[in-house]
Amino acid sequence: MLEHLLINNEEAVAIILFGIGFTMLLFQQNLIKKLIGMNIMDSGIFLFLASMGYIEGRKAPIIADSVQDTAAYINPVPAGLVLTGIVVSVSVTAVMLSLSIRLYKRYHTLDLDEIYQLSRHQMEDR
Amino acid sequence: MDFIANFPLFTIIFSLFSGVLCFLLKGKAAKRYTFVYEILLICMVAAVLCYTLQNGGEFTYSMGEFSAPWGNEIRAGVLEGVIALLFMVVMFCSISAGHRFIDTDIDESKINLYYAELNLMTAALMSLVWTNDIFSGYVFVEILTLTSCGILIVRELGRTTLAAVRYMILNLLGSGLFLLGVVLLYTMTGHLLMVPMQETIAELVKDPGVYPTMTMAVGILTIGLSIKSGLFPFHYWMPDTYGWATPASASILSSLVSKAYIFLLFKIYYRAIGISVFEQMPIRNILLVLGICGIIAGSVSAIRANNINRMVAFSSAAQIGYIYMGIGLGGVVGYSAAMFHIIVHAITKSQLFLTTPCLAEVSGDSLLFRELQGSGRRNRDAGVFFTISALSMIGIPVFAGFSSKLQFGLAALGQGDIKLILVMLALAVSSMLNAVYFIRTVIRIYTEDPRKSERTRHRPDYIIPMLVLTACNLFLGLFSWVTVDLIRTGLSMFG
Repeated sequence: MLEHLLINNEEAVAIILFGIGFTMLLFQQNLIKKLIGMNIMDSGIFLFLASMGYIEGRKAPIIADSVQDTAAYINPVPAGLVLTGIVVSVSVTAVMLSLSIRLYKRYHTLDLDEIYQLSRHQMEDR
Repeated sequence: MDFIANFPLFTIIFSLFSGVLCFLLKGKAAKRYTFVYEILLICMVAAVLCYTLQNGGEFTYSMGEFSAPWGNEIRAGVLEGVIALLFMVVMFCSISAGHRFIDTDIDESKINLYYAELNLMTAALMSLVWTNDIFSGYVFVEILTLTSCGILIVRELGRTTLAAVRYMILNLLGSGLFLLGVVLLYTMTGHLLMVPMQETIAELVKDPGVYPTMTMAVGILTIGLSIKSGLFPFHYWMPDTYGWATPASASILSSLVSKAYIFLLFKIYYRAIGISVFEQMPIRNILLVLGICGIIAGSVSAIRANNINRMVAFSSAAQIGYIYMGIGLGGVVGYSAAMFHIIVHAITKSQLFLTTPCLAEVSGDSLLFRELQGSGRRNRDAGVFFTISALSMIGIPVFAGFSSKLQFGLAALGQGDIKLILVMLALAVSSMLNAVYFIRTVIRIYTEDPRKSERTRHRPDYIIPMLVLTACNLFLGLFSWVTVDLIRTGLSMFG
């Protein structure tokens, strides 16, 4: 069991990171901390993908010295997926940050519990 | 290849461009453009559906002419055609009936942004229906999440922002899990396209030792998408989200967005995992139990709600439970019941969400039950439409809700004793609970009230979509076999 973890240490770290991020996103009450959690969670997945895509001893998938054999190169798809994932994660973070700013301007706090309490007292909408 | 084979791609690409165009246009122009564009989309999707029916039921469109297992693919079949047509019709009806409220709820300078978001959302919905590649699925799931958050926060109230933040946090948890599931499946199979992935999985499962890992990957993916679609116990964001959004947004979010996630999940089960492999996993039973819990919990919360929109929103949670119950029952009958209920619920719930604001309008802009007394007399059209969809929700014969409950009952008959008893009990109890809160509301809106006001008249842009939805409702209720047959034809070619 432990041997497997040692051999796949990158994947193990990736899953631990995912767990840390997931619990932060779920249980932290501070919005900024939640967002940091989300980014850690996504980084965990990207690390997992990147480490799975890399094969020791092979080269970047760019044909050089006219070596056509696919066994000489690593698979480029995981890197593409990581890039796409990063773009998605950045845009989601931007939207969430702008929402946090809007909430902060209105309630002057970033703590979700407090905001929830405050909003219950305000029966502004119907 | 015929020109019509390009249409599924067009629905996605044109919608993306329309989003950009609406961003540049002024509010009114953007609204008119979106109207015309939605009608064009309905025609295109209907053409695709007819084309698939005439030409063997399905076709695959490889983008950039890279054939499988490379490249990216779109797959259009009968089932996708039906669901895409439903999505477009409901989208059009929601915009047409809800645009009056959009004008009052949203700051005038931002109206074009709302229509831009709607067009981007259409692109995401269409690609979730058509895609044949699970990573494209992930990307458009995220676009759908962002745009649904966008159409929620355009109404600038404190509560909508808070609701949007809570909605986004749960959705982000869901997206993270879904991405992890996709990545795990990719690392196991080496494919992202659904068909090669299914072939590889069929090879892999010949070794039974692979089942635990496979179940874990599929389970993670399932949890991710069920959080996003609001399966029990993740349904508590619904009332806040739907209750405070502008009516068109509430209608679209409840009847289309959550359904698109379920449809993607179903497509992954059927096409990427392989339905026979999926049926070996315990996930199905868990979905069945959670679905039944959702039905009961949603209905009980709906009874306790004091606000009509919250009640309708909690009833959505119950209806999502029905769909997962159908998937959990399994077999062609169960899956077609689940797909049929997606259609029924989208049509009924959008009509409910589009009538409640009209009832509130003649009751001092209040959604509370005590203020709504007699509102059905003050606004007769809205009252009638509300009553029709309420009766459909309860499951009165003639209306669509009855047919879908009948389908679930039929699906349960083919199962073992425990499942049969569980499902029949759930159907009976939930019909009773539905009757309690919907009949109570109908009685309330028709009770005599001293307040007198002039009778409200609606313009045709409200009446026509409402009549379309009512006609669909009655059609599904009276001629359910037509749609069920179409769905079964689609399912038979789905795997």
